[in-house]
Amino acid sequence: MNLTLKIWRQKDSNAKGQMVDYKVTDISEHMSFLEMMDVLNEQLVNTGEEPVAFDHDCREGICGMCSMYINGEAHGPDRGITTCQLHMRMFNDGDTITIEPFRAAAFPVIKDLVVDRMAFERIQQAGGYISVNTSGNTQDANSIPISKHAADEAMDAATCIGCGACVATCKNSSAMLFVGAKVSQYALLPQGQVEAADRVKNMVAQMDLEGFGNCTNTGACEIECPKGISLDNIARMNRELMKANIS
Amino acid sequence: MALDSKVPKGPIKDKWTDYKNHIDLVNPANKRHIDVIVVGTGLAGGSAAATLAELGYNVKAFAYQDSPRRAHSIAAQGGINAAKNYQGDGDSTYRLFYDTVKGGDYRSREANVHRLAEVSANIIDQCVAQGVPFARDYGGLLDNRSFGGVLVSRTFYAKGQTGQQLLLGAYSAMNRQIARGKIEMFNRHEMLDVVKVDGKARGIITRNLITGEIERHSAHAVVIATGGYGNVYFLSTNAMGSNATAAWKIHKKGAYFANPCYTQIHPTCIPRSGDYQSKLTLMSESLRNDGRIWVPAKIEDAQAIQQGKLKPTDLAEEDRDYYLERRYPAFGNLVPRDVASRAAKERCDAGFGVNATGEAVYLDFAAAIERYGKEQAKIQNIDNPSEEKIYELGQAIVEAKYGNLFQMYEKIVDENPYETPMMIYPATHYTMGGVWVDYNLMTTVEGLYCIGEANFSDHGANRLGASALMQGLADGYFVLPYTIGDYLSDDIRTGKIPTDTKEFEEAEKEVKDRIDFFINNKGTKSVDHFHKRLGKVMWDKVGMARNEKGLKEAMAEIKAIREEFWKEVKVPGSANEMNPELEKAGRVADFLELGELFAKDALVREESCGGHFREESVELDGPQKGEAKRNDKDFAFVSAWEYKGEPADAVLHKEELEFNDIELKQRSYK
Ligand SMILES: Cc1cc2nc3c(=O)[nH]c(=O)nc-3n(C[C@H](O)[C@H](O)[C@H](O)COP(=O)(O)OP(=O)(O)OC[C@H]3O[C@@H](n4cnc5c(N)ncnc54)[C@H](O)[C@@H]3O)c2cc1C
Ligand code: SF4
Ligand code: FES
Repeated sequence: MNLTLKIWRQKDSNAKGQMVDYKVTDISEHMSFLEMMDVLNEQLVNTGEEPVAFDHDCREGICGMCSMYINGEAHGPDRGITTCQLHMRMFNDGDTITIEPFRAAAFPVIKDLVVDRMAFERIQQAGGYISVNTSGNTQDANSIPISKHAADEAMDAATCIGCGACVATCKNSSAMLFVGAKVSQYALLPQGQVEAADRVKNMVAQMDLEGFGNCTNTGACEIECPKGISLDNIARMNRELMKANIS
Repeated sequence: MALDSKVPKGPIKDKWTDYKNHIDLVNPANKRHIDVIVVGTGLAGGSAAATLAELGYNVKAFAYQDSPRRAHSIAAQGGINAAKNYQGDGDSTYRLFYDTVKGGDYRSREANVHRLAEVSANIIDQCVAQGVPFARDYGGLLDNRSFGGVLVSRTFYAKGQTGQQLLLGAYSAMNRQIARGKIEMFNRHEMLDVVKVDGKARGIITRNLITGEIERHSAHAVVIATGGYGNVYFLSTNAMGSNATAAWKIHKKGAYFANPCYTQIHPTCIPRSGDYQSKLTLMSESLRNDGRIWVPAKIEDAQAIQQGKLKPTDLAEEDRDYYLERRYPAFGNLVPRDVASRAAKERCDAGFGVNATGEAVYLDFAAAIERYGKEQAKIQNIDNPSEEKIYELGQAIVEAKYGNLFQMYEKIVDENPYETPMMIYPATHYTMGGVWVDYNLMTTVEGLYCIGEANFSDHGANRLGASALMQGLADGYFVLPYTIGDYLSDDIRTGKIPTDTKEFEEAEKEVKDRIDFFINNKGTKSVDHFHKRLGKVMWDKVGMARNEKGLKEAMAEIKAIREEFWKEVKVPGSANEMNPELEKAGRVADFLELGELFAKDALVREESCGGHFREESVELDGPQKGEAKRNDKDFAFVSAWEYKGEPADAVLHKEELEFNDIELKQRSYK
């Protein structure tokens, strides 16, 4: 198929950006979206233009690097996937596709479609861990049984890949789904209990400091999240925060 | 220089304990005067950085992604081995040790492997304490699965996302130390050279991938944990950015490179669909626990399928060739990876492939769905269940076990694997070869360490499933923190290593000159153009089956591509900005050298062992006819290559392998 691409180009974080039109031809429906971008970039290199910078690495939906806002949706039109898992069979010959970076005040653009997600790092550093040193004589892994249900739920929360689609999708640029998922993982496990109160307080404080918006329960994040992280995680985080503030 | 593996004396089961009892320690107050650089923050580097910081060293850690959480370890699906014997099925440290040495086709160092098996159980304890949500059974205890090539269930897993969860564990431990200021994390930084002062590794040169700035970083020791070099094939299951640059740069500065030809071609990947293909996707090996692999028994059926005239589900049971079950009745679909991959290639080369390219075989879950369905019907006391009911019950079980993998497959291939068998084909997946290290995980350069997939150490000529995660975390959490302390105990009075010296200046200049060359070269072809050509030579001539003629051709062809690359490569943009094409150019330049050494290593090793299959070295008759033939008399050594300029001029050093605790046998999975 033949396509018109409207792509956000921005030289660096200080430059002003703009949308630029490109044409690509002979795109196979079996290509992934990023392979289509590779075709465009190869074309640009060959004509001596600078290729479009975009983040990507694993190309199988797990590293959380890729981060495009395609036709007004984080990770594009399909559900339950990242940009790298989007396939061209979702588009039709002759389509015009708009491609922008994830936008949020807390995610400044670095170049073209690449954004700075260091705010997520700092939130994790504020409390996204259990304080246990590596020693080689930690107690046996089976000494505390954990119900299968709790373990499975913790796992579901832990599958968040830190991509930031929830933030890019939210009209308030809220990071509640991301933070809620991490808080939940630990809240559901016995190992996470000791530091639970401090963890949630510190992570939420850092989140607010980074300039993410408030959650107004619109639920768009859950729909666009490639890993199906549920809104229940936000509710659990709110409960945890309440508990922490009381105690 | 003679290779000294520094393996401690004494019985194998006591070596590590004795070693730990006798090494020099650095007292806690002195650790804060010592800096350690860790390049790479996947499972190996991440766990090492966190542990070294916990001990009190000042750690500087580097990764090319925007967060340690995105290292390629995140992609590991299947699981991690540990000799816990929770299932009571006869597992033990010795058995894990034995399986790993046997699985590696007797080409690994016994003492290292034994140590790995010893610390394996600690890894699981540590990860659970960190909050890693491993799968559990209904009693709340940890669940296990079995993996290819072994007869016990010792693999721990977290859905199909084990690597992700383990990495997030190490990442959380790092975050705690970043918050305490004990780790300084440099994301989006690429190491482009190592700096040696008086023969010791004392720093690195990096490029800030956002600004393009070239930076100098110093430390008392440098740890390389930058992963494998599978991307030398262009197409592999590795991440797009996975590269050999750090490993290759230290090789050029004196670190020997060991067994480059030992590569693992994984049997269960999604087949290639076209020339635009940028990478290949692995389907976890755990699928082979329940899936049956087959191709049509008759060539006319295979051809009809290739032309789209026949569907796999149309073929009757007797018209299918379950070739692994046929050839290897004892292990069936669970033979080790190298065996399964070659068997698939053999059938496809003979014309029995099942997609348009002829390079695919089926992985079929119909039998598993039926088996689980009947089992469930019994459990749920359903008398005389209908076929539909059995299917429904069975499908639910298969979905619970492999749902996310099936979904991934469907997204990529656009076919429903519950209804029609999956198609799979082998792809480059893992590199057992890597930087040579001694028992201390130190390279042939003093103070320069190498851990994780980047080193050559524990897997011999073939790695068993779920053992790479184990090795990465063993190296980082439990081995390096001891061995590096022994070395650093001499450095407590050294003081900070200055970076305004001629050694740093020279290394920096070399790096800058190369970048300037790329930016200013008036070439005509993109970096990918050369990378794809290299990949094709590697796959065709240095892939699953190798022979003398092909390997000689490969060496010449790779050299020619390399020479053309340095004339014709075109890199747009400038040096002082984010420039992904420039990053790729540097990486491909290194692959173009490594690829030739790889072929040379394969040429010298005139035996078949593990993932390295020489067509000239097969059993000619007997029950093992046609199977790979190892030659212990002449080749029971590690090839460690010393850099001498052109890859073809590299000098071979041999570390003879001694097997005192395991008897060398032919691997038989019949
Ligand atoms: C798809 C897939 C599935 C797998 N499944 C399993 C499994 O189920 N079980 C198992 O045991 N093994 C599995 N493996 C293998 C295993 O995942 C890897 O061998 C292992 O994770 C490697 O870890 P590492 O820490 O050595 O390197 P990596 O995780 O690759 O990390 C490399 C690090 O180095 C950094 N880096 C690289 N180059 C540079 C540079 N020049 N400068 C600065 N930083 C650099 C990167 O940023 C990254 O942080 C799988 C592999 C793949 C590809
Ligand atoms: S919650 Fe979902 S959308 Fe948000 S960062 Fe995690 S995976 Fe991405
Ligand atoms: S590139 Fe890793 S999730 Fe898309």
